[in-house]
Amino acid sequence: MDVSQKDKQDPLGALPIITPGYSYVSITDKLTALVLTKNTPTAWFVFMAVGFTLLMGLMVSLGYLLMKGIGIWGNNIPVGWAFDIINFVWWIGIGHAGTLISAILLLFKQDWRTSINRFAEAMTLFAVACAMLFPLFHTGRPWLAVYWLLPYPNVMGLWPNFRSPLIWDVFAVSTYGSVSLLFWYIGLIPDLATFRDKAAKPIVKKIYGVLAMGWRGSARHWYRYETAYLILAGLSTPLVLSVHTVVSFDFAVSNLPGWHATIFPPYFVAGAVYAGFAMVLTLAIPLRAIYKLHDFITMRHLENMAKVTLVTGLIVVYGYVCEAFFGWYSGNLYEREMLRLRMFDGYYPWAYPALLVCNFLVPQLLWIKKFRRNIAVLFTVAMFVNVGMWLERFVIIVTSLSQDFLPSSWAPYSPTRWDFMTFFGTIGLFTTLMFLFVRILPMISIFEMRTLLPEASTKSKPEGEAH
Amino acid sequence: MSQIFPKSANAAVRSSLFAVLTLVLFLGWVGFTLMRSSWLTKQSEYVEQPIQFSHAHHVGGIGLDCRYCHTSVEKSSFAGIPPTKTCINCHSQIWATAPILEPVRASFRDDTPMKWKRVTDLPDFVYFNHQIHVKQGVGCATCHGPVDKMPLITQATSMQMEWCLACHREPEKFLRPRAEVFNMAYEAPANQIELGLRLKKEYNVAGIEHMTSCSVCHR
Repeated sequence: MDVSQKDKQDPLGALPIITPGYSYVSITDKLTALVLTKNTPTAWFVFMAVGFTLLMGLMVSLGYLLMKGIGIWGNNIPVGWAFDIINFVWWIGIGHAGTLISAILLLFKQDWRTSINRFAEAMTLFAVACAMLFPLFHTGRPWLAVYWLLPYPNVMGLWPNFRSPLIWDVFAVSTYGSVSLLFWYIGLIPDLATFRDKAAKPIVKKIYGVLAMGWRGSARHWYRYETAYLILAGLSTPLVLSVHTVVSFDFAVSNLPGWHATIFPPYFVAGAVYAGFAMVLTLAIPLRAIYKLHDFITMRHLENMAKVTLVTGLIVVYGYVCEAFFGWYSGNLYEREMLRLRMFDGYYPWAYPALLVCNFLVPQLLWIKKFRRNIAVLFTVAMFVNVGMWLERFVIIVTSLSQDFLPSSWAPYSPTRWDFMTFFGTIGLFTTLMFLFVRILPMISIFEMRTLLPEASTKSKPEGEAH
Repeated sequence: MSQIFPKSANAAVRSSLFAVLTLVLFLGWVGFTLMRSSWLTKQSEYVEQPIQFSHAHHVGGIGLDCRYCHTSVEKSSFAGIPPTKTCINCHSQIWATAPILEPVRASFRDDTPMKWKRVTDLPDFVYFNHQIHVKQGVGCATCHGPVDKMPLITQATSMQMEWCLACHREPEKFLRPRAEVFNMAYEAPANQIELGLRLKKEYNVAGIEHMTSCSVCHR
């Protein structure tokens, strides 16, 4: 046991991914007890109350929107896209970390993903749900959006414009949503079976029993499970790249200065992963504290996430540099003027410097190991990135639209209270869903945590060597 | 540990997979059928009119030209509903005292128009113009059906956008020589496509780009 424990230790002195001393039973007991208990932490009620209040605000603002139309929002010509698309891109971006953690890190056999993949995947799903609300309600009449968005043989003989990136977006996001849901659910099945077996109340047993779909943990089940999980990981991997690429086409395919740049797809993907990891940190740090998960979500996890955040953040900054360079190098009057207005004396001179502070300056703290291992600093940096990535979309969308080719058609944009209410409302929706999730489903994959134990690897090794 | 579900649960779950799929397909089928049903389109539905006016009698029997009553069809977006005076032209002499025609005489006496109900009604967001269709060789019967054989008039086609577009995309399938537009007995020749293409060129019918552009019909 001691020897194998040592094997697991990183020669470079990295921290363990699970605190030593756990057994199969104690892991299962600890993680099932988070849900199958009557003692819900007080903090859960606090977060839930805040989230639910904001969610009710969302209901009110969307209800009022349906009554009045999207005139209640601040966007109007020339800024036809504003909060709705900013928030859409922001939420979709956040989702990307979940898929990256669950799919790409799985294929790369990064076993530290195990403690964080489950709630990161849930985060993806809820972020996609929040994101989808915005374009849907931006149509003003979501009940008609069926034929505006989906191709089906309707009586108008009318199809969506397949040459438009907006329809690519519909496919990209709905594929992303459904694959993420499948991936998440399939991953949950063995744990749902554990809940079924551990639950005391018959009704709870039945509910988890139905959800577990008859999982018995036989060798055949495991074989099929592993196959399905790997296939879905393979399917999700290109989605990490494709979804935000398509989202960036919404902008890059147009010829508006500030949008029409070939750097957009990789720059958006990096931004998405960046925002997503910041959000995973934002969620992991409080959850770890509320549920005392320090043994499972160790400093190693937080540090690794901080490193990914730093790297993707630097790619994003590279994107900013490219954008500026392209604008200047194009020699195009409108591109250059757009850059000057965006950076110095447009309608929003505060936005670009604020963006640089949040996305460029503050995350540089993560170069230093002491800060990467300091919870308070990590959480603060993550919050800066969350805000910064929102500002990035604000800068891209609003500064480009408000001042384009013709000065006579310029007009500043300002959001209304309904814009804010809808935005904070989706944060409420997200919080509510997230806390419902941690209350009723295993937020850390129980069976995968068990495979991290030294026993799991020592048992299989000699057999493997014998062949 | 005892089982929480009976053995039959397996069968129930498996069949529920098929049930869900079947339900989705069934609802889709219901939707697609309803969308195009005459219940929604009002196609072939009789409309109660002030008088049971028979197009079969007046057009098919007597042989009146469409334009005798619908006078503005060649020069206006609206084909025109005849004033009572048009009826009285003949009915002051023929069937002048027939009880069935009392509403017509009353309308003429009191100088109040007959309140005909519209049978073929397009939504208000559709800009439809009779003049251009007549001029480009679209026969009355192409859209309104064999009016000369209808004792009571009904909407002959679905009047749904896909129906409009079917012709706007391929007008050559339906065009006829201008001289035959009002001919209720006209039958498309065997070489309709060839004729249609020739007429399309001759009458300067716009290409598909223009004919299927949104603002042709929605302005």
